[in-house]
Amino acid sequence: MALTNENITQRLTEKFGEDLSEVEEPYGLLTFSAPKLLNLKVLQFLYDDPELRFQFLTDLTAVHYPDRKGAELAVVYLLHNMRDNIRIRFKVYTDIREPDVFSATALFASANWMERETFDFFGVRFVGHPNLKRILNVDEMDYFPLRKEYPLEDQTRVDKDDDMFGRGTDKWFQP
Amino acid sequence: MGRPVRFNTKVKMVEMPEGQTGEGYFATSFDKVIGLARKNSLWPLPFATSCCGIEFMATMGSHYDIARFGSERLGFTPRQCDLLMVMGTIAKKMGPILREVYLQMSEPRWVLAVGACASSGGIFDTYSVLQGIDQIIPVDVYVPGCPPRPEGILDGLMRIQELVGNESLRHRNSEQYQDLMDAYGIQ
Repeated sequence: MALTNENITQRLTEKFGEDLSEVEEPYGLLTFSAPKLLNLKVLQFLYDDPELRFQFLTDLTAVHYPDRKGAELAVVYLLHNMRDNIRIRFKVYTDIREPDVFSATALFASANWMERETFDFFGVRFVGHPNLKRILNVDEMDYFPLRKEYPLEDQTRVDKDDDMFGRGTDKWFQP
Repeated sequence: MGRPVRFNTKVKMVEMPEGQTGEGYFATSFDKVIGLARKNSLWPLPFATSCCGIEFMATMGSHYDIARFGSERLGFTPRQCDLLMVMGTIAKKMGPILREVYLQMSEPRWVLAVGACASSGGIFDTYSVLQGIDQIIPVDVYVPGCPPRPEGILDGLMRIQELVGNESLRHRNSEQYQDLMDAYGIQ
């Protein structure tokens, strides 16, 4: 029996029931989310299940949704079943004031650097990560640059043409 | 039968500095002689991080030939070089390394910032990019362009030569120079 999005959804619903939410298929990619406390359980189930076998972590990143109060940060896992060549997307949401999410490093060794990068840019604290520190930006940086909280650097500069750097009024754009 | 030998008769020599000439002697000031020697034997240290570095490679090559200006000896160690050519975007994380390279050069030393990124951060007006290398090290000549053509880089080099040739021997001991170094926190 070929593994389809319907099968995967069914298996997950049998196992996790009401905890599964936001199940959709944008562009055919099965996407779903679960409470953040369950993230390792879901990943482990997807890994161990003899039919699902999502044993490759393609990517791990985060998205900042400033308008979702209480669930501003989404941690996104992109998983790949290499035998059936099927990909899925799994999200967990967390409060930005308390961005603690369990680390997936025990399950996927490749999550190590990806979680460090996600911490570096979004400030998600991965609980249980062996070496959670900045990986790309300078160590002295005291903010998380990809959160949608900060203006572009130095709004007071006059040595650069404002129109070219998104600071000035946009005289070509008339709504 | 002898081979046809052709001598290059178009060799251009540097002009003699001003001075007193007599029978069997020539007298001029140290400033001028040392300036002349320095400016025609600059050893550049290329610090190339992106596309301006590609333009510099063209400048080095036979077509544009930076060797015509006495700078064919590129040193890839800061200890031997007296001209630091910074070409390309310098990320904030690269900043301390660039500064270290500058500190390892011995006096007298000059710095040429090639291209918009090295001079001002260029289009990368963002959290990760240093907004001009003059935030961490003093710069003598800026070359505009994104990237500048090899002619531009050569023009920058010639302006450095002009500075080097006209520099007073006492300049590096002056209070003004000391203040500049202090402003950058360099001892």
